[in-house]
Amino acid sequence: METLMAFTVGGLFAAAIYMMLRRSIVKLVIGLVLLSNAANLLLFTQAGLLRGAPPLVPEGAMQPAGAVADPLAQALILTAIVIGFGVLAFAVVLIHRAYEVVKADDMDQMKDTDT
Amino acid sequence: MLLAVLSGFLIAAVAPWVHRGLGRHSGWALAALPAVLFIYFASFLPALGETDGGRIILEYDWIPSLGIQLTFLVDGLSLLFALLISGIGFFVVAYAGRYLEGHRDLGRFYVLILAFMASMLGLVLSSNLISLFVFWELTSITSYLLIGYNHEDAKARKSALQGLFVTVAGGLALLTGLIMMALVGGSYELHELLTSGDIFREHDWYLAILLLVLLGCFTKSAQYPFHFWLPNAMAAPTPVSAYLHSATMVKAGVYLMARLNPSLGSTEDWMLLLGLFGAVTMFVGVFLSVRSTGVKQVLAYSTVMALGTLTMLIGVGTETAMLAAMAFLLAHSLYKGALFLVAGILDHEAGCKDFLQTGGLRRALPVTTVFAGLAALSLAGVLPMFGFVAKELLFEAVLEAPALAGLLSVFAVVSAVMVVAVAAIVGIRPWYGPRVDTPKTPAHEAPPALLAGPVILASLGLLFGLGAGLVDQGLIAWAAAAVYGAPVSPYLSLWHGFNLPLLLSGVSLALGLLLYLNWERFRRFTGFMAVVDRYGPEAAYEKAMAGMVWLSEWQTRVLQNGYLRYYLLTILISTVGLVMVTLFTRTHVHIDLDLSGILVHEAFIVAVLLMAALVSVTTRSRLGAVVSLGAVGFCVALIYVLFSAADVGITQVLVETLTVIMLVLVLFRLPGFLGLTPMVLRIRDAVIALAVGAMMAVLKLAASTTRYADSISEYFIQESQPSGYGRNIVNVILVDFRALDTLGEIVVLALAAVGVYAMIKFRAEDRK
Repeated sequence: METLMAFTVGGLFAAAIYMMLRRSIVKLVIGLVLLSNAANLLLFTQAGLLRGAPPLVPEGAMQPAGAVADPLAQALILTAIVIGFGVLAFAVVLIHRAYEVVKADDMDQMKDTDT
Repeated sequence: MLLAVLSGFLIAAVAPWVHRGLGRHSGWALAALPAVLFIYFASFLPALGETDGGRIILEYDWIPSLGIQLTFLVDGLSLLFALLISGIGFFVVAYAGRYLEGHRDLGRFYVLILAFMASMLGLVLSSNLISLFVFWELTSITSYLLIGYNHEDAKARKSALQGLFVTVAGGLALLTGLIMMALVGGSYELHELLTSGDIFREHDWYLAILLLVLLGCFTKSAQYPFHFWLPNAMAAPTPVSAYLHSATMVKAGVYLMARLNPSLGSTEDWMLLLGLFGAVTMFVGVFLSVRSTGVKQVLAYSTVMALGTLTMLIGVGTETAMLAAMAFLLAHSLYKGALFLVAGILDHEAGCKDFLQTGGLRRALPVTTVFAGLAALSLAGVLPMFGFVAKELLFEAVLEAPALAGLLSVFAVVSAVMVVAVAAIVGIRPWYGPRVDTPKTPAHEAPPALLAGPVILASLGLLFGLGAGLVDQGLIAWAAAAVYGAPVSPYLSLWHGFNLPLLLSGVSLALGLLLYLNWERFRRFTGFMAVVDRYGPEAAYEKAMAGMVWLSEWQTRVLQNGYLRYYLLTILISTVGLVMVTLFTRTHVHIDLDLSGILVHEAFIVAVLLMAALVSVTTRSRLGAVVSLGAVGFCVALIYVLFSAADVGITQVLVETLTVIMLVLVLFRLPGFLGLTPMVLRIRDAVIALAVGAMMAVLKLAASTTRYADSISEYFIQESQPSGYGRNIVNVILVDFRALDTLGEIVVLALAAVGVYAMIKFRAEDRK
């Protein structure tokens, strides 16, 4: 399964990079969303994939019984998802504002600081 | 010792207030510091005498926990320099107080000159290569500030920058050389390296070390072809020229060459490089000196001559040569310091900056005339002066040189002839002959503060000459021993009998006077040299500077082009290239392509995910792109849930929903996709994107078989319930173990919210 996930992550990175190389600023934002998904998934896979073993302690016990999925990676990804969303919200409003000034969805027209 | 070296910096820090408090007497007050230092350093003489020219090492703990010490090395060489620096420093500071009296920035001048003195003392006394280098660069920086002292003058600023560039560029080479030396010698301490010369001379890196160190020394000591910055540095006030550019800073390079002679010297490379560069510098310096007419120019070029002579003598490397070098160093510091201070008096009292404007000043400035003459006699090397002793030794050393003896002797004699002419220009021209109208008419003799330096320094030149044996047994011999690396038999005396050196001395005197009488004709005859200036080293420097500007403009245009995608392309291509090369050439990658154990529904989700990603990339419909983006997000959420990450899955679903809603709301106020890029470029981008994707996949596969450290997760799993009182381990990590991270996350979100709100609000007000 990890092999398959490696290719999936690679595919997502490729899609993200392709979109980030476009001139349209909207596509850049779409690329960013894909990129953050790809990065999160990479981290998640790297921590190891376990089916049906959530990091929970059974009631009454002190430690989980048997092996559980890596909780640290999950905590990190959780933080990353939320921060990614914050950044995205900011970026979306920013490009909207930029569009109002430049009147085009084209980054080549945004490369001067004078507009 | 530590206090002695650092006191210059400490006093420098309060100098402006001293100046403000004491007014016109501040020069004498601050000159007390170098005077005290001189006495302090002189107190080492008896101790050094007891060790018979050995060395005293003083260690101070700097960072004891790291075992780093600040070490100072006192031997004949460093003590000779320290005495010269503090001794001449005394006269210069006192002189400056009067010379620059009433100048707006005199307070600043004191700060700089005292800081410079301290750096210079640190440089000659340091035993640690790194602290030596730090002080070395400090002298460059303080010298830069001093040359540019008249900072409203564009020429002064330009000259200051030129001096800085040339010396600091050499400094970089020097640092590399010193570090290589430390690696080869296994120590950063000079006193340990100096005893292990053979390790260096037989090491493969010898030539590299030699070239790098010499580059540093040659730039600092203005050796040809780096000599051009020194005459330009004469834009500094005269006391600075007298101090930095004759007696001290430019000799730092000579000091280092002398210091390292026991380690790096007496090889064929060393003799050839130092001998040739020194001889050429000596000749070029004195030739340009005779051609100049500006008072400070003549003196500056003759300093270049002196530096060349010293380099050449260190290159020759015999016992006599070392004695000659040290005697010449002392003689030169004395007469050149005096002459520069006389040049300042000429400027200050008579307003003369050019020898052609001067003449017949002996009645107006009788004392100056006498002592300028005395210093000039020492420069020319006339019999009772110390300069004569040095010159005799110089001839003797080059005649006996183990390599290039003939060539060096010719250079030395021809240079000596011209030196005599220079001495005559300085010692006769302004004072005797018919009275010439000077820009300012001197009303009276120069004040004591200005006269003290020339009078005492020139007199010392005479005194040491008459009692050559006095200095001979002591400091000079010890300094020569430190340079030579073994004790030298004292040798200095005024009278050596009739021999070849004496004959050469006499011949050079006669020819030099002849040259002086034909000075005008000589300058006219060598007028063609102006053409050479245009293609000389200074022109090369200008070209190099212009080239640097051109290069930076070009690379800014290319790299900082303002197109995000080209920045990205540069970064990505370099990353892919470097990572792949490293991965496949430097490591043994094991890639496990194990596709077993995949459940059907998992494969289905992955397929949907990749399809959705492909659609979001290729579609020309904005809604299509956003919807398929949502699909990608939900598939990722499903993967999280399937592989035991329920909390992450829930968060991902929520965030993905919000993302889609937000994109739909905002993007539809923007125009549709245009298809701005032609097909060829799109294929190029696709190829690069795929390369990056492939790199990430390979990295992932390679990384899953490698693990360098144990994960901290096990601790969290064990301690979640006992310490954190929570059964959901992920939640406990977020709000307990790593609560500060979560606080940071909340701050980021809050900032983003504020930003979003501000932009919406700002827009609304814009419209009103």
